[in-house]
Amino acid sequence: MPRPKSAYGLETLAIHAGTPPDPTTGARSFPIYQSTAYVFEDADHAASLFNLQTPGFIYSRLTNPTVAALEERLATLEGGRGATATSSGHAAETLALFPLMAPGMEVIVADQLYGGTINLMGKSFQKFGWQAVFVDAINPDAFKRALTENTRAIFIESIANPAGMMMDLEAIAKVAKDATVPLVVDNTMATPALCRPLEWGADLVVHSTTKFLSGQGNAMGGVVIDSGEFPWFGNPKYPSLSTPAPEYQGITFAETFGDLAYTMYSHAVSLRDLGCTLAPLNAWLTLNGCETLTLRMERHCANAQQVAKFLDDHPAVEWVYYAGLPKSPSHGLAKKYLSGGFGSVFTFGVRGGYDAGIKVVEQVELISHVANIGDTKTLILHPASTTHRQLTDQQRVACGAGPEVLRISVGLEWVDDILQDLDQALQNATS
Amino acid sequence: MNLHDHYPDSYLRDILRSVRTIAMVGASTNWKRPSFFVMKYLQRKGFRVIPVNPVSAGELLLGETVQSNLESIPEAVDMVDLFRKAEQAPGLAQAAEQIGAKVLWMQIGVRNDEAARLAENAGMQVVMDRCPKIEYSRLFGELGWHGVNTGVLTSKRRRY
Repeated sequence: MPRPKSAYGLETLAIHAGTPPDPTTGARSFPIYQSTAYVFEDADHAASLFNLQTPGFIYSRLTNPTVAALEERLATLEGGRGATATSSGHAAETLALFPLMAPGMEVIVADQLYGGTINLMGKSFQKFGWQAVFVDAINPDAFKRALTENTRAIFIESIANPAGMMMDLEAIAKVAKDATVPLVVDNTMATPALCRPLEWGADLVVHSTTKFLSGQGNAMGGVVIDSGEFPWFGNPKYPSLSTPAPEYQGITFAETFGDLAYTMYSHAVSLRDLGCTLAPLNAWLTLNGCETLTLRMERHCANAQQVAKFLDDHPAVEWVYYAGLPKSPSHGLAKKYLSGGFGSVFTFGVRGGYDAGIKVVEQVELISHVANIGDTKTLILHPASTTHRQLTDQQRVACGAGPEVLRISVGLEWVDDILQDLDQALQNATS
Repeated sequence: MNLHDHYPDSYLRDILRSVRTIAMVGASTNWKRPSFFVMKYLQRKGFRVIPVNPVSAGELLLGETVQSNLESIPEAVDMVDLFRKAEQAPGLAQAAEQIGAKVLWMQIGVRNDEAARLAENAGMQVVMDRCPKIEYSRLFGELGWHGVNTGVLTSKRRRY
């Protein structure tokens, strides 16, 4: 079923989608429904809800009105059919693959990823019998060569964290489509304000909403957004969606719910059993964050562009990898896939290696040394000694987290203040 | 783009607000079938749904007697909803016209432009490749409860 693009601009959707006035009170700010359970009208209504015959709320592990409002907003911003919110970005990654994977099945994964994702997929997934096959992120053919009859998904990031490297979304989406395997894209670093992977052929999008979407470093959360366009129906590779579900008396999700099948399954089975539910308060904070997303991303990107140029000219800096710099190997792909800026998280190498890297993060005074990105505040991190320290040396270098690497998430402060703080820290660290 | 490639929300909303009695052709007595879900949901929203299915004619389904065909329905019908293959739609469009229905609705996956033309020439409104349950819940606020993109933005309190 063709789904026309929204008649509204992204700025409007970011403020209005999912949050009409409260029907009972008229409250214009969407209420926080801090309730774990919801009364049934009668036994028949309860039965209809449990049979998935009627939409409605049963228990907040599955659905909650405030969480659902956020889900609708994020599905709308990404141009998807539906969304499932989770307690964190990591939970979203597991939840995204849960309907697709089974013991012995494989997910092809880009080797340039957030270190936590490499750990999750490379190690913890093995406990479920899920095999992650890592391939060269910059080479779409590598994804094609890694396909086997057991491949059930391909997983990439739109902008790789921490390196700031871009992957060729459209080419990798074509590999996935030709193999009838869903492409899952982590769009945390770009946000729908800069990039909408579903428009380039991705099937599922995941986010850590903890980052730019909530935007202020105060609400953990994640989300999985489904395009509604992957052909699950009749596809024996995806029995969770294409064969009868015994616990729902034999309904087949892909038949009964059509293009809503994946999102219905994610609530009725994945959240029901994994329990990684988003808290209503965090959903509300994230709803509010979304309302200023486009404004914030403009300033994040503008500041980041200036910081990248400043660092590129700085004598204590060996190199800068920012897709917004014309000399960046990712600049071409970034111009194709990003609109309105090049993101605000990137890496640079400080002269003096590991020790100098540690000194910089200890010397900054305005910039915060934290393991987070996408805050109003400028944040800095030395991945080799923190987020990526659980990886091998080889893995660290492969994913852009070598000993001299610093990751910066440029915030919304007055840009001269950011530059001044970086300058004094770099000078102190390398003198 | 013609109407049947993309229905404006107002078109669907007006239909769902105006009809009260729906004849559901292909209604199944098996509760796991999508038609059962749709019938039960629409009943709960206040619609009268009359099931039509020659296989189970005379049986009781959700409190209604199953009719063998549209012509055997003893009362006035506002809308005919088809859970049938697309090639059967033209004949059913003519039957819908004969019993005075004002709307011909074809479920998801069912589109037959000839049937649509026949019905429209007879003054009926036509919807194809959609589900009245999904559209009702989308347009009147409930589908968002499951995190679905409803495409509806409003600064008004929702009316049912």
